[in-house]
Amino acid sequence: MERSRRRFLKILGISTLGLGTISSVDLMAMVGTGEPTYNPTPEGLVGKRWALVVDVNKLDEETTQKAIEACHRVHNVPDYDGHEEEIKWIWTDKYEHVFPGQEHAYLAEEIEEKPFLVLCNHCANPPCCRVCPTKATWQREDGIVMMDQHRCIGCRYCMAGCPFGARSFNWRDAKNTYWKENEPPNPTYPVRGKGVVEKCNLCTERLAVGQIPACVEAVKDTKAIVFGDLEDPNSEVRKLLHEHFTIRRKPELGTNPNVYYIV
Amino acid sequence: MLETALKGSKKYWLLVLVLFGLHGIGATAFLYQLTKGLTVTGMNRDVSWGIYIAQFTFLVGVAASAVMVVLPYYLHNVKEYAKVTILGEFLAVACVSMCLMFILVDLGKPMRMLNVILHPTVNSVLFWDMVVLNGYLFLNIVIGWIVLSAERKEVPPPKWIKPVIYVSIPWAVSIHTVTAFLYAGLPGRHFWLTAIMAARFLGSAFASGPALLILLCLLVRKVSNFDPGKKAIQTLSKTVLYAMIISIFFVLLELFTVFYSQIPGHMHAFVYQFVGLHGHSGLVPWTWAFAILAVIATLMLLCPPIRENEKTLAIACVLVFISLWIEKGVTLVITGFIPNPLETITEYVPTIPELAITVGVWATGFLVLTILYKIAVSVKEEIAS
Repeated sequence: MERSRRRFLKILGISTLGLGTISSVDLMAMVGTGEPTYNPTPEGLVGKRWALVVDVNKLDEETTQKAIEACHRVHNVPDYDGHEEEIKWIWTDKYEHVFPGQEHAYLAEEIEEKPFLVLCNHCANPPCCRVCPTKATWQREDGIVMMDQHRCIGCRYCMAGCPFGARSFNWRDAKNTYWKENEPPNPTYPVRGKGVVEKCNLCTERLAVGQIPACVEAVKDTKAIVFGDLEDPNSEVRKLLHEHFTIRRKPELGTNPNVYYIV
Repeated sequence: MLETALKGSKKYWLLVLVLFGLHGIGATAFLYQLTKGLTVTGMNRDVSWGIYIAQFTFLVGVAASAVMVVLPYYLHNVKEYAKVTILGEFLAVACVSMCLMFILVDLGKPMRMLNVILHPTVNSVLFWDMVVLNGYLFLNIVIGWIVLSAERKEVPPPKWIKPVIYVSIPWAVSIHTVTAFLYAGLPGRHFWLTAIMAARFLGSAFASGPALLILLCLLVRKVSNFDPGKKAIQTLSKTVLYAMIISIFFVLLELFTVFYSQIPGHMHAFVYQFVGLHGHSGLVPWTWAFAILAVIATLMLLCPPIRENEKTLAIACVLVFISLWIEKGVTLVITGFIPNPLETITEYVPTIPELAITVGVWATGFLVLTILYKIAVSVKEEIAS
């Protein structure tokens, strides 16, 4: 049942986005130019444990805004900016909030003021999936923590369970609010209903057609966010983790986040 | 027996009418919430559970406390509880009904609530809470009804009911334990992540529930010819006293661990509760009200003349009930979200529609309670005459 459901979603994703959005030429180009490879297959990008490496040194206001806008545009995330009912998939916060307990009075000013990008960690051991009473949030075989907004009953137990504040609830009907005023919505992203939880899906709908996540794509030139398969020893994320000292958010909780930060 | 609920005094019907009216106000507010979404509440991205879930948590405790009369009566043959057992069981029925209603009004998509059964998820504590609460509701309806019908016919209750009653005893403990596990198993919510949570829940439940039961017994005696008995009330008052002492002790245990270890993440929520944090102090008056009322009530109950005088006992019971309602029905759930996982503070204040729905659910629960108590009291009066 689960399997066929996922398969259905996958097929749906491919057919709605249209296979035409990415041509084999694009994929060839990606491979050919020494760009990171993501094993494109007819079923899109396939990995065993997707991860992101965020290089904080390469983040500034402009870069982070680009990543956030790309994500929120492609997922029609409504713009209730600053409001306490806001919906956000990816956003920035200060070091002391992203890594609570790690801050101290003599922290380098640069780090203190730096915008840290935060999003769902796609934890390998996700508490949100553990607590969900309907399997509306679950973990795919490639590690992505998914959210089925059409099964969610809106109990918000996952929001209490997530130690990273990654989840948003549709307190109101967002049907006519798009990510920005006067900007046409992305017609391929399903309409969100009120009363359900949502969060970053690591652009599964893009992976399914061979594209990398929108935030990664948006800041590709700077390589501030790198996407790849942790189980592939030749992946760029593995190279970065090998070469740099990286930290993760709240590792002591044992959720095993798959978003790494180079500080 | 249902017909006994249809014949009553003017006062009875007035009470039913008032409760039904409040139910109507709540139902209207709920329809408004259904159309607009949970945006009509004061809840937000950071404090994502509010007064609904807090009421649910408190009432699970009151429901579970029926075991404080059922256990002594059925396992230890404490004769003075013969008359109050039915009142305890029917109180449990009303409270579990309220719990289920509070969960329902809290859902973003209540029309999908059957998904919990259609996609049963054994790793979710909420799934198990659904199982134990519905089971407990069913057990208490069956036990209360069967025993009362037998009593009315002046025959001993059928033999098969005994094992059902025995099952209901650990079941009562389970509903509050599972409810505590909803909170105590979440990584990253330091305030709730404490092994003593279930014990603390049971401790406070066994004070608040019997305190309410004492008040209801006094009320029943006043408005009907049925007397649950002075001895039963006195015995119950000792249960309230000990449970209250244990509850305060458990809170002190929490405070010791948190403040002696001085781990910042663990202290934040308690600091927020008692003195406020980073200029936010919304729950400070509530927390102190709980602490002061709890101490006053305990001192009153400790004093035999005050405890033995039913008038002063009633005051002590009101204080117990209010203080523990504040603790579990206001502060415990909300503080879990403050500060949020990113260590910033968003406060929560319920809105008017939210309060209307809350009052509506309480009124509906008390309507159920009124009708059930009317039936029980009528049967008892019938036998006595």
